[in-house]
Amino acid sequence: MGNEESVFFSRVLTELTLSFHIIYATIGVGIPLMIMIAQWVGIKKQDEHYILLARRWTRGFVITVAVGVVTGTAIGLQLSLLWPNFMELAGNVIALPLFMETFAFFFEAIFLGIYLYTWDRFENQKKHLLLLIPVAIGASFSAIFITMVNAFMNAPQGFDIVNGQLVNINPVLAMFTPAMPTKVAHVLSTAYMTSAFVLASIGAYRLLKGSNHIYHKKALMLTMKIGLIFSIATAVIGDFSGKYLAEYQPEKLAAAEWHFETEEGAPLMLYGVLDDGEVKYAIKIPYALSILAHSNPNAEVIGLDQFPEDEIPPLYIHYLFDLMVTIGMWMTALSLIYVLGTWFKMRFVAAKWFRWLIVLGGPLSIIAIEAGWWFAEVGRQPWILRGIMRTEDAATSSGQVDLMLLLFAGLYLVLAIGSIIVLTRMFRKNPVEQELADRELEKEGELR
Amino acid sequence: MTLEILGISVLWLFLFGYVIVASIDFGAGFFNAYSLFRGKHHILTRIIQRYLSPVWEVTNVFLVFFFVGIVGFFPKTAYYYGTILLVPASIAVVLLAIRGSYYAFTTYGGLRQKRWTYLYGLSGLFIPASLSIVLTISEGGFVSERSAGLELDYWTLFTSPLTWSIVVLSITAVLYISAVFLTWYANKANDEPATELLRKYALIWALPAIVTATGIIVELRDHNPEHFSRLMDLWWLFGISFILFAGTVYLIWKRRYYGLAFGLLTGQFFVAFFAYGISHYPYLLYPYLTIYDGFTNEAMAIALVIAFIAGLGLLLPSLYLLLRLFLFNKDYVQGKRDDHA
Repeated sequence: MGNEESVFFSRVLTELTLSFHIIYATIGVGIPLMIMIAQWVGIKKQDEHYILLARRWTRGFVITVAVGVVTGTAIGLQLSLLWPNFMELAGNVIALPLFMETFAFFFEAIFLGIYLYTWDRFENQKKHLLLLIPVAIGASFSAIFITMVNAFMNAPQGFDIVNGQLVNINPVLAMFTPAMPTKVAHVLSTAYMTSAFVLASIGAYRLLKGSNHIYHKKALMLTMKIGLIFSIATAVIGDFSGKYLAEYQPEKLAAAEWHFETEEGAPLMLYGVLDDGEVKYAIKIPYALSILAHSNPNAEVIGLDQFPEDEIPPLYIHYLFDLMVTIGMWMTALSLIYVLGTWFKMRFVAAKWFRWLIVLGGPLSIIAIEAGWWFAEVGRQPWILRGIMRTEDAATSSGQVDLMLLLFAGLYLVLAIGSIIVLTRMFRKNPVEQELADRELEKEGELR
Repeated sequence: MTLEILGISVLWLFLFGYVIVASIDFGAGFFNAYSLFRGKHHILTRIIQRYLSPVWEVTNVFLVFFFVGIVGFFPKTAYYYGTILLVPASIAVVLLAIRGSYYAFTTYGGLRQKRWTYLYGLSGLFIPASLSIVLTISEGGFVSERSAGLELDYWTLFTSPLTWSIVVLSITAVLYISAVFLTWYANKANDEPATELLRKYALIWALPAIVTATGIIVELRDHNPEHFSRLMDLWWLFGISFILFAGTVYLIWKRRYYGLAFGLLTGQFFVAFFAYGISHYPYLLYPYLTIYDGFTNEAMAIALVIAFIAGLGLLLPSLYLLLRLFLFNKDYVQGKRDDHA
């Protein structure tokens, strides 16, 4: 296998691993917060339903965490196995957040074990809730540290290269790159948003499939509210991300927006297709790109004409970008309508078709996460470390990457099927009505 | 102490932690499967499940910590080992992944099938075997540096007696460590039949473990004379290790102080593991890479050390809490409490 093939298969394998891992990772970052909120509301309102909600989410969460842990281990090792040249350089400059991530994860793992096995151990429910805080913090900090590494790949700093040698290394500066604030904020808020919508989707599905229990309605309202809050936050952060890109990675923004010529008062292209270098059927919003990039309708936005041919990312990232933004907007609108509709007691929010839309929102949010990461990664090409190391120079020289690709594809298939079977069985076998009845009986037993 | 030595000592300590915790885990899975096979499942399964449940995730982290840490402290290892280990490490990861997730699936998801119990048990032997290959490769003689890059010579590797001795050692050590620990744990749970059975396993595996360990030292004399002579300089450490081993076996034999027995066993492996590590110094990979030319820059090293100390300050109390709530909690160990979500 020539090196070109090694590069190709390394890219495919990394893409596959990340695409699979990110589903479980996103849920793993977001769900602890949801459990915390539900349990807290339950304690505050003395409402058994919310406590049970937290408990049932926890059970499902453990399964997704397990897959997240093992695929996370896989990507952690694959970085060194597939991109040894990159990791040698990265190890020198950006190893600190990678190292701290293991601590955050360690912390999370320990307290998750404790939280899971102490559900009825404490008289005071609040003490049990306290144990969840380190889980949520650990999960979110894992995401923060890893995203810092990704931010570094987009806007490397904290070192100089003199005669091919790395000098003046500053690990802290490397962590706090210009890309870091928007990237970290975006990853966190979309993780919370996606987790909320995935849980809402499950609640809506149960309501559609015959159960009319108030438990599911409470779950739905809670998650849609949280989803709404974080989707608004995501939109605000998205605006800042645009400004970051315009300043530090103009080629990524220009490729995503099909902005070919540098100009003032640039319009924003929505949708459309690219035909022989010409944009067709796009919705053109005048001045919008200048506003997105610089908060000024007349500002100049750098176009692709400023970059050499071989430093321009693939133009199909426009579709990924549009997909991500469209789903984000759609979910914001959907959750807003749901929350307002419920407040004003409008009947259509309980209608079948509307609930199906909420059900659809779960998978859609996951698709948006995938599209977002593909956009982020493909949009950085041809660089693995922007301006410093090209992807093709980073890959392994090993000839067996194609075999490993098959091996891991098989693994992910098994894990996907396994986790889906286990999760559906877990909740189908023990529906909430039955669990509530069981708990009622248990209590009576204790009183007697 | 130089930063290089501090770095490698910390990493080696975590790898040691992984060896112990993972051995208990792997061995437990194997004994669980074996007892099912022999129809003695009712004796062991409860004790094993109760120990494994709250800690399985923690085990994995020790390993992640080690490989992330080594790339941080010694970035050149990413190039050397990253290139060579693509296939063996990928296989180990796949096995670990299947094992970890199916543990969660069966324990929390109620997916209970005999097939999985067997697969789970066997994977616990394959994983240490595949991971131990890394130690073999580090001894040198299996890697050649060509213009196209580094290449691992699989044929030499898999026909070398050293490879197979290390594989056998990893398996016997896993079973021995695990059996001694579980004997203690079962005894704490006042579970007499389980204690007796596990005690028997511990005694059975004690001899093979020590014999294979000695065998490897002999193998090294031919394979890597330089390393062998450095090992011989540390003969007294191996002597201490052997005395600790004898102490463990004596206590288990006499059915006394199982806790102390496990303590001695930890000491035995600790001393031997570090004696091996010290004698391996300064090489990370014979003869290409030493800890000095593979080391990161000073700024990163200091940052990592600070992060490490801060992280430890956070971890040690949490680990203590975990142990106090489960391992050292009488009610939990004896199965009077479950409280699972």
